[in-house]
Amino acid sequence: MSDFFAFLVERFPDLLKALQEHLIISITAVVLGCLAAVPLGILLAGNRSKWLHSLVFGIANIFQTIPSLALLALLIPLFGIGTKPAIIALFLYSLLPILRNTYAGFTSVDPGVIESARGMGYNKAQRLFQIQLPLAFPYIMSGIRVTTVYIISWTTLATLIGAGGLGQFIFSGMGVNKKELIFLGAVSAILLALLADFVLGIVERRVSRKVKPSQSASAV
Amino acid sequence: MIELEQVQKRYDDGHVALKDVNLSFKEGEITAIIGPSGCGKTTTMKLINRLINPTKGKITIQGEDISRMDPVTLRRRIGYVIQNIGLFPHMTIAKNVAVVPNLLKWDKAKIDRRVNELLELVGLPPETYANRYPSELSGGQQQRVGVIRALAADPDIILMDEPFSALDPISREQLQDELIRLQQDLKKTIVFVTHDMDEAIKIADTIVLMKDGEVVQVGKPEYILRHPANEFVVNFIGKKRLQNGPDYVPPTVDEVMVDQPVVLDPNRGLAEAIKTLEKKRVDTVLVVDRGRKLLGSATIYNLIEHYGEEGKTLADIMKPVAHTVSPGTPLSEALAIMSEHHLSNLAVVSEDNRFIGLITRGSIVRHLTEVYPPVQSGGYAYV
Repeated sequence: MSDFFAFLVERFPDLLKALQEHLIISITAVVLGCLAAVPLGILLAGNRSKWLHSLVFGIANIFQTIPSLALLALLIPLFGIGTKPAIIALFLYSLLPILRNTYAGFTSVDPGVIESARGMGYNKAQRLFQIQLPLAFPYIMSGIRVTTVYIISWTTLATLIGAGGLGQFIFSGMGVNKKELIFLGAVSAILLALLADFVLGIVERRVSRKVKPSQSASAV
Repeated sequence: MIELEQVQKRYDDGHVALKDVNLSFKEGEITAIIGPSGCGKTTTMKLINRLINPTKGKITIQGEDISRMDPVTLRRRIGYVIQNIGLFPHMTIAKNVAVVPNLLKWDKAKIDRRVNELLELVGLPPETYANRYPSELSGGQQQRVGVIRALAADPDIILMDEPFSALDPISREQLQDELIRLQQDLKKTIVFVTHDMDEAIKIADTIVLMKDGEVVQVGKPEYILRHPANEFVVNFIGKKRLQNGPDYVPPTVDEVMVDQPVVLDPNRGLAEAIKTLEKKRVDTVLVVDRGRKLLGSATIYNLIEHYGEEGKTLADIMKPVAHTVSPGTPLSEALAIMSEHHLSNLAVVSEDNRFIGLITRGSIVRHLTEVYPPVQSGGYAYV
């Protein structure tokens, strides 16, 4: 154990650097995912054409089903190696869950609420930002939470195409058969994912508490 | 004054919701639009705040053509209450009421004052309710908030789309009474869509009856009740069989009887029977066995007379039922039997002596109020 501590102290600067890379890759991918999937989800929820739904969800589904290692490899000829293809791959993975939750959140808003907002003179933008978005937010937030957690764990693979991150420790540890390295990389990645889940969980509860569930009068 | 001139509405799918509707809604009055579902009543109402735009025709408010107005501005000038209440679940009651004043950018102090005033007006003390969320209120309370939300910016016109129909009967009555009370001071131009004739008669100054996208009759409730324009109106208002109508069918006992009168098993004790009578507020109990065979009847006097004799059951003290009628007997015949033998009630039994229902004085009165609907209630709700 003391050996491990000595090892940790020795490798601490490396760990910080890897952690930083890991966070940058994951967060960038999730933020880009939100920027693309949230507006897309809103658009789809406000649109009635069936084929568009199946098209968009179909494409997002395809990205979801490609094995992560395969997707990373596929991107090398297109974008080379390094951080860029890693972010692109993880971004593609983040699309579906965020899209699905945004869509579910928007379609869950009681049509009566939207109709009364329209009837009272909310314009389209006001309806979106003051009514629909706040009501759909808990759904969107839980989508972002789930996505963030698994993007953090998948980022460990990014090292395979030279993007760095905590996966570096695992793979070099495997290469030189050094257990401490593997352990350090794996545990840090797990802790990071748990921490992200915890923090976003708090945020999620905050927003859900503000948006009280509606009780329909017709249920009387 | 709101006027609709030769308004037509055809939807994209070809369905014609309104065919050439001409209507005017008088200022300061409640006009109820009523008709069966799909008659175009809601469409007509939604034309006024441009939630729906007409295919043809002109709609004016105070002489101004609304198709030239910005719909958002127009809607902020018109109160709107819907059936599903539509309160915003993520906003407190105070915020909900303040929605339109906020959209109109009133200053904060003025909004607060207005919100408190309105909450007081419908008996929801602001100190208790202002900071609650809609889900913490009962259905009736929620719709009270829905109504005052529509009043918040003091619009001249209020549109109400079956606002009370999702509520339980007691809350519905209360809210109707409250609306009538509020209207006495407010004198708003209210367009009230409903499918309930009782409700329309109760609250409306003018009733507009619609069917298949056309206006069938317009008039004061009293006028419509006395002079229904055609068979449809007659059916709708529940004047099912007018005595002087040409195709008058005499009512039979089946329509008049109470089909769930107070019946008890012969093995029941006397104390139990008295308790039941007390609870149901009747003076006679019919004794019926498990096979619904009518065995006899006992009045409250029989019961009290034998009350001291513990251990006796209804079977011991009941009197046989001397007079019964069979289903399908004309009501007049049943009435003749009742008056001849001074009966307070008369059982309807089938051929094999199975109990079907009971004619009581109360049930006769109820039936008559349906045939001659009075202005207040007793009309027949169209469902």
